[in-house]
Amino acid sequence: MSLIVCQDLVKTYYLGEMDVHALRGVSLSIEAGEFVAVMGASGSGKSTLMNILGCLDIPTSGAYVLEGTDVSTLGENRLAEIRNSKIGFVFQNFNLIPRTTALENVQLPLFYRGIPAHEQKALALRALERVGLADRQRHHPAQLSGGQQQRVAIARALVTNPSIILADEPTGNLDSQSSKEIMDVLTRLNGEGITIILVTHEADIARYARRTILMKDGMILADRDAGGVAVARAVPLEARA
Amino acid sequence: MNFLLMTVVVAFRVLARNRMRSALTMLGIIIGVGAVIAMVSIGEGAKAAVQAQIASFGTNVITILPGFTTVSGVRSGHGGVVTLTVVDIEELKKIPGVTYAGWARRDATQVVHENKNWFTTVNGVPSSYLIIRNWSIADGDFFTQNDLDTAAKVVLLGKTVVDSLFESGEDPVGTTIRMKNMPFKVVGTLASKGYDLMGTDQDDVVFIPFSTAERKVMGTRFLGAIGAGFLSAESPEQMDGIVEEVRRVLRQRHKLRPDKDDDFTVRNQIDIAKVQEGTSESMKLLLLAVASISLLVGGIGIMNILLVSVTERTREIGIRMAVGAKRRHILLQFLVEAVVLSAMGGLIGVGLGVAGAKAASNLAGWPTIISGDILVIAFGFSALVGIFFGLYPANKASQLNPIEALRYE
Repeated sequence: MSLIVCQDLVKTYYLGEMDVHALRGVSLSIEAGEFVAVMGASGSGKSTLMNILGCLDIPTSGAYVLEGTDVSTLGENRLAEIRNSKIGFVFQNFNLIPRTTALENVQLPLFYRGIPAHEQKALALRALERVGLADRQRHHPAQLSGGQQQRVAIARALVTNPSIILADEPTGNLDSQSSKEIMDVLTRLNGEGITIILVTHEADIARYARRTILMKDGMILADRDAGGVAVARAVPLEARA
Repeated sequence: MNFLLMTVVVAFRVLARNRMRSALTMLGIIIGVGAVIAMVSIGEGAKAAVQAQIASFGTNVITILPGFTTVSGVRSGHGGVVTLTVVDIEELKKIPGVTYAGWARRDATQVVHENKNWFTTVNGVPSSYLIIRNWSIADGDFFTQNDLDTAAKVVLLGKTVVDSLFESGEDPVGTTIRMKNMPFKVVGTLASKGYDLMGTDQDDVVFIPFSTAERKVMGTRFLGAIGAGFLSAESPEQMDGIVEEVRRVLRQRHKLRPDKDDDFTVRNQIDIAKVQEGTSESMKLLLLAVASISLLVGGIGIMNILLVSVTERTREIGIRMAVGAKRRHILLQFLVEAVVLSAMGGLIGVGLGVAGAKAASNLAGWPTIISGDILVIAFGFSALVGIFFGLYPANKASQLNPIEALRYE
């Protein structure tokens, strides 16, 4: 059974008189343990796809089956529970809560599980150790470098032991050295068996993934394996980057 | 429950991030609650003092004063003519519901003890008067029936007179004082009653048997004439009825035609108490209005700050939702922040109010009564204000769209 199966996902935003077709029938399946990059220009629908895959949004039509559960018809509370238990988010702008310690930021998803505070702390500390920031647990985001902040964000995504980590332009605000560090962390986590879906428009970042999905105008333009025939189709992509 | 507790902890942490802002937000509630508690404590203290003064007059007392007369347009004042006698009052004792009937004649005179003297009021009274007016003995004894029958020269001294005529530590009972050049034996001293509602010192008084006053001290134009009559009723409910009956009986005894005015005045102690109660009731309403307004303003302050906070923390709300917070979690978080603000303000207000009331009684000497009820009510009300004014911002926060909230700059 695939981790993710999407069938004809359509998302239409009704903005006044104009309908915006963000997704026009996207079908894909992702297996557990894959490292997938989703690429595309802005307006290609990749963010909408990420929001739906991340259970922040539901499709207008089509089915999204996550670990055997059709989540496209679930209510808000069930979606919140799925986000809490199965999905970890990493954002371009880190999205840490300001003036709150790294440890407390990492604890946040556990807070909404209602587990005892000392367990929250222990789990959060272990997650910080996995990204190599155990010694920074008392620091506030403002006291951390961009790369460190993003690693805290990754620890927060990890702490619930999710099935998927959704990383939306995780290196977009970082210099190349920090970007490499972050991608190395993500690659290592993928090696430990976590499925990673990465949204990026940088080809050299996408190259860390073993599968790339290229989107355009709300549809999948190309879907290729790292070592497959699709390499030829990758040429224009790299030329663009 | 566990989650609620953790939310409270988080709320404290969030509010501590903006200490100054939180403190200023609480100020409205602090002032409101503090002012209410201080004012209610002072009000209750004043009320209790007034009630004690009313009670010191005696319970359920009806006072009957002789009337005045008008001669060629000149009005004489109370007691200007003899219109009230012992016989009148003894007749009134037969009215059902009347427990005691007493009377008094008073005069102002100099009292002397050894090298000290004092100008005071002397009252000639029967024993029943002392019972009605709730006088109690501090030392010695009341008059005996024999004293009253034989017009004995015995005297009871009020506390102010004792203080004026005797050295402290000196025992007045058994000594002799002089009044109108006659020796009087001090048979007892009276427990202090303090000041009455008019501010008169009730203890500046001496009592002698009525017979003694009439026959030996004051003399009389008309045997049995009295300065005032006093009745005590069994219960407050009977007083109005008794007053009516007193008027009927006296008008009949004085043979007044229906078109003539009363030649006496009947005063009901309950009426005085009612006026006092009415004053404290309107005082209470005023306090309630002030309290409501200040808590309302405080509540609006909380709502205002929370709305700002929701806008400022839109991204945080988005993050919380992304990692699994449900709408009710967000609602609860902001609601708890509002309640923590208002309840903390309430708590500080309670502390300041109590301190203010204590300061008022210590520095200004006002009597204050701090009742536990008002503390609980004021605190509880401040928490309710938090819930009420927190609901709108909290609901607004919980209705945010997580995707838009995450992108909010």
